[in-house]
This record gives sequence, C-alpha cells and structure tokens, in this order.
Amino acid sequence: MSFLIDSSIMITSQILFFGFGWLFFMRQLFKDYEVRQYVVQVIFSVTFAFSCTMFELIIFEILKVLNSSSRYFHWKMNLCVILLILVFMVPFYIGYFIVSNIRLLHRQRLLFSCLLWLTFMYFFWKLGDPFPILSPKHGILSIEQLISRVGVIGVTLMALLSGFGAVNCPYTYMSYFLRNVTDADILALERRLLQTMDMIISKKKRMAMTRRTMFQKGEVHNKPSGFWGMIKSVTASAPGSENLTLIQQEVDALEELSRQLFLETADLYATKERIEYSKTFKGKYFNFLGYFFSIYCVWKIFMATINIVFDRVGKTDPVTRGIEITVNYLGIQFDVKFWSQHISFILVGIIIVTSIRGLLITLTKGMYFVSSVLLIRMSMPLEYRTIITEVLGELQFNFYHRWFDVIFLVSALSSILFLYLAHKQAPEKPMTP
Amino acid sequence: MASLDRVKVLVLGDSGVGKSSLVHLLCQNQVLGNPSWTVGCSVDVRVHDYKEGTPEEKTYYIELWDVGGSVGSASSVKSTRAVFYNSVNGIILVHDLTNKKSSQNLYRWSLEALNRDLVPTGVLVTNGDYDREQFADNQIPLLVIGTKLDQIHETKRHEVLTRTAFLAEDFNAEEINLDCTNPRYLAAGSSNAVKLSRFFDKVIEKRYFLREGNQIPGFPDRKRFGGGTLKSLHYD
Repeated sequence: MSFLIDSSIMITSQILFFGFGWLFFMRQLFKDYEVRQYVVQVIFSVTFAFSCTMFELIIFEILKVLNSSSRYFHWKMNLCVILLILVFMVPFYIGYFIVSNIRLLHRQRLLFSCLLWLTFMYFFWKLGDPFPILSPKHGILSIEQLISRVGVIGVTLMALLSGFGAVNCPYTYMSYFLRNVTDADILALERRLLQTMDMIISKKKRMAMTRRTMFQKGEVHNKPSGFWGMIKSVTASAPGSENLTLIQQEVDALEELSRQLFLETADLYATKERIEYSKTFKGKYFNFLGYFFSIYCVWKIFMATINIVFDRVGKTDPVTRGIEITVNYLGIQFDVKFWSQHISFILVGIIIVTSIRGLLITLTKGMYFVSSVLLIRMSMPLEYRTIITEVLGELQFNFYHRWFDVIFLVSALSSILFLYLAHKQAPEKPMTP
Repeated sequence: MASLDRVKVLVLGDSGVGKSSLVHLLCQNQVLGNPSWTVGCSVDVRVHDYKEGTPEEKTYYIELWDVGGSVGSASSVKSTRAVFYNSVNGIILVHDLTNKKSSQNLYRWSLEALNRDLVPTGVLVTNGDYDREQFADNQIPLLVIGTKLDQIHETKRHEVLTRTAFLAEDFNAEEINLDCTNPRYLAAGSSNAVKLSRFFDKVIEKRYFLREGNQIPGFPDRKRFGGGTLKSLHYD
C-alpha cells in the first residue's frame, strides 16, 4: 500500500517537473523564435523531469522520506529511463536534425542519421577503454558500463564549466576589474564608427556607379561564370572590373573595422551600465558576494592543485572537516554530528539548486546530472552514501574525483590566461584620439 | 560620385529573416551566395532613378542600412544600434513568412527605430504597445517585405498572405512578398518592382521635395507619445 502512495507521489512530482521544463523552454530559451518541431520540446521536458526526479530522490534519501524499498525501486527505474534517453534518443535526434539541415542528404535522412548514431555509439564505447572503469564482473550492456561512460563525459564537461565559472565569476562581479568609462569615450567611438560607415558608403557608391555604367555600355558581367568565362576574363582588359575588385577589398577591410568598432561600443555601453549598477545598493551587495565567491573559487583551485600534487582524494566531507577545525580552534562545545548533518544537507540543497540553474543554461543536460550525482556523493557524510553506492554499483569513484580535479584545474588556468589576454588587449583601443 | 543626392533607408527585422540577402539582391541584382551573421551594421548602395521615364527623372543614391540583431538584445546593444537610426528617411521592415514571431516583432522594431529621437540615452521606455494613430501620423515611409515565400506550401499561402496584408495595413505601408534567392520576384516590370520603385520615390519626395518641417522624422507626434496612457481610447 505504501508503495502505491510513494509511487503516486513520485509520479505527481515528475509531472510537475515536466510542466516546469516545458514552460521554461517556451519562455526563456525560445522566447524570440518559433518552435516548429515539438519533438524537441517534448524530449527536453522529459529529460528535465527525470533529472529533477533524481535529485528529488537524493533529498528523500537524506530526509528518509518514503519507504526504503520503494525508493530503491524508483532509483533504478529512473536511472534506466535517463540512460535510455541519453544514450539512445538524444544523439539520434541530434543526428537526425543535423542531417536534415544539410540539403544534399535530404532524401536519405533516416539512413544517414542512423549511421551518425552508430558512429556516436562506437566512439562512446571506445571512450571507456583508456579509463579504469571496466570491471570484469559485469557484462557488456549493464548499467554500470553505461553510467561509467556517461559519467566520464559528464564529469569532464562539468569540470570544464566549473573551471571557467570559477574564474569568470569573480571577474564579472568584482568592480575592481571595471575599467572607467566616460561618456566622452563612448561618443568618440561612435563618431569613429559613423565615419567608417561613411567611408564604406562612399566606396560602395563608386562601385554601384561603375557597375551601372558598365551595364549600360553592355559590357560583360562582372563575375566570370564557368570555365570559359574565367579564361576570357584573363585576356580581356576590363578596367572597370579591376577597379571594382580593388575597391571591394578596401570595402571588406573597412567593414571588418566597422564590426570591431560596433562590438567595442557595445562593450563600453555594457561597462557603463555595470558601473551605474555597482553604485546602487543591489550592486554593492553583489559586489560583496562577489568577493566571497572569488575567495571560494580561489580556494577550490588551490585544493584541486593540492589534491593532484599530493595524490590525495577527498574522503571526509568538507563541511564536517570545516566544523571540526573551527570547533577545535574555538574550543566551543558543539554537537558536531548534529550540526554537520543539517549543514551538509543545506549544502547539498544549494548544490542541487545551482546545478539546476547551471543545467538550464548549459547544453548537455543529462550527462551533467548523472555526473552531479556521482560527485555529490563525495559531499555527503558516510551514512548517505550507502544507497547510492548500492544503486550505481561498483564504480571507481576515486578515479572520478581525480579526473574532475585535473580537468577543473586545466580549465581554470586556461580561462585565467584567456581573460588576462582579453583584459589586457581592451584598454589600449579607446586611448587613440 | 558624391555629386548625386543621397537618401538613407533602414532595413530592420529579426535575425535570420533574410535582410542581408534582400539588400544584396536590391543593390547588386544578384543572389547572395554565402549569407552569414551580420554583426553591427552593413550598408549597401542602390542607384535609383527617381520618376523614371518622365522629364523630371533624376538619379539618387539610396543607402540601405542593414542593422543586425534581435529585439530582445541587451540594452547595451540597443544603445549601440541607436547610433544608426539618426536622420532616417525610410524604413523597410523585413519578416520571415514562415515564422510568425518575426512578424510580431516588427512592431517592436519600428518603435525602436522611431523612438530614437525621443530618448537621448537610447534606452527604450515603451513597453512595445502598438498605437495605430502613431503609425498613421508617422512621416517616415514604411515598407513591409516578407521573405522565404518559396518555403510556404501552396495550401497555406492564402492564409499567410491574408495575415501579412493585415500587418502591412497596420503600418500603413505597402507590402511585398518574395524569395531572396530568386531574382525573378523583382524583375523589371513586375508588380513588386513597381511597388519598390514607388516606395523609393516616396522616400525621396519626403526628403527633398516636401519641406514642411519634416526634416526631423516623426517629430510632430512626439507630444502624443508623451501622453501614452490615453491612447487606447480610440481602439476599435
């Protein structure tokens, strides 16, 4: 009986998530465009619904809501469905849509998309070989195999994104990095932009006039078509057309310049707005948060380096360790276990919420979620880990942590480099009078 | 070269509707082979014979400013775009016949362009509400062009064309529906070519021949816009 109640609760929540995903799709992602293929929307909402259910199950696990056996059953079922969608349906549809966009292969759409899918499966499988995830006990098509592969890809992506986010976040939030922009700068740049446009226009006028006089004189059309046309254009002297190609090159260069100027002006406007925003209360509040967050990001990068250098994998969950340290330092009588449970629960909640937000912004949804589950395991105290281990089988979790740290570090360092270069290059331009 | 007089016409519309292809077709009488994303603004020039075939025939340069982007852009991008809306003599609104949202967004596009003189900081203060009166009094000639006509199936054509006819009526403008990859839609002598020619003539007239305080586009109806809350009384 309780199983039925539990199932109905799960199903209602799934339907809710489905509706939410659908709405989000309509409102945010596709606000200005019309969706012609409803299949995409359905798949997105379904994936979203099942992913959210997984997180819900984790929370239930911690809170010990619902019957233990029914939880286990739902876990398995959920995992199966998600893997099915991820590995079979989504790549197939992606391939199908890509292929239908290429005009050449329009007729044999289905065939080519199947081929594409098979290629994807092959590489997906090959991905598993260099990594220590194949355990000889289980067969080929077991859940552990699929999860491990999905996990690798997902962890890589997540580490890349986290690395970039860890560096980008303090950069955007902290006003220290904001260059000072005055109205005069913007006006000067706009003037340059309009001047460039005028130059482009005058050159285009010459081209248009030349073309018109050529046309009126009945000369050969400018673009040589076919083999003989090209031979003819080599021998025939057409001063008009030579002139045109010269001017066209100048115009191309000027157009590139105008694009650059446009982007710079937009950049200046954005910076000006941010300066305005940072003077308001909300702005100051976010700036403050930004400082905290940047400290956290720096700490994460540092920890990743230490983990790799000293060949260490995080065993105890960070919150408990942090509380232990503070308790020992301050000498306060503190019921460590009690508080750590609640705090780690909140932490997991925050991770989940930010994961959902991150999910809805990034592209590869499902893999992100599965790998999140794998990594959340690290943040939770020992007693919660049992059920997850039970469901996901024997996967080499240590490997994942190491892999995450490596990729995170690489991504963070490269984005630091990238942002440094971009930041250095920009202030030089507005200085020229 | 610069001895001919010039006229500035904006080409506005959502991303991907075909503005660049259209401009290329209008100015170079050729189909654009490799359309790519327009960043910022790209300009092209068309040589137009005003009042062709009559004794008053005169040649003008028509500058077609193809402004890229979408109505939902960040306000910094909108402010940057606003620099192109100075002293505009005509506006061509382009929408995609296969995409209804692009047609609906045309209201917002026209408001963005017409409001440029009103708000100096370039930040839009309207909520995009449509005001028929404002468009009726608008001094800048508008033209509505629907693209990708070839992708509309025969059976749906009538329904789509009725919808666009209403749209053009709202703007108090002519409309042309075509396919930018096929030059025959604008072949000399076709009704589309005639409409286009008439539009350009109207733009030139407003700019050079009717000088009753119309140098600053749309100026007379600014007061009405300031009292925006009263505007809905006239609605059918």
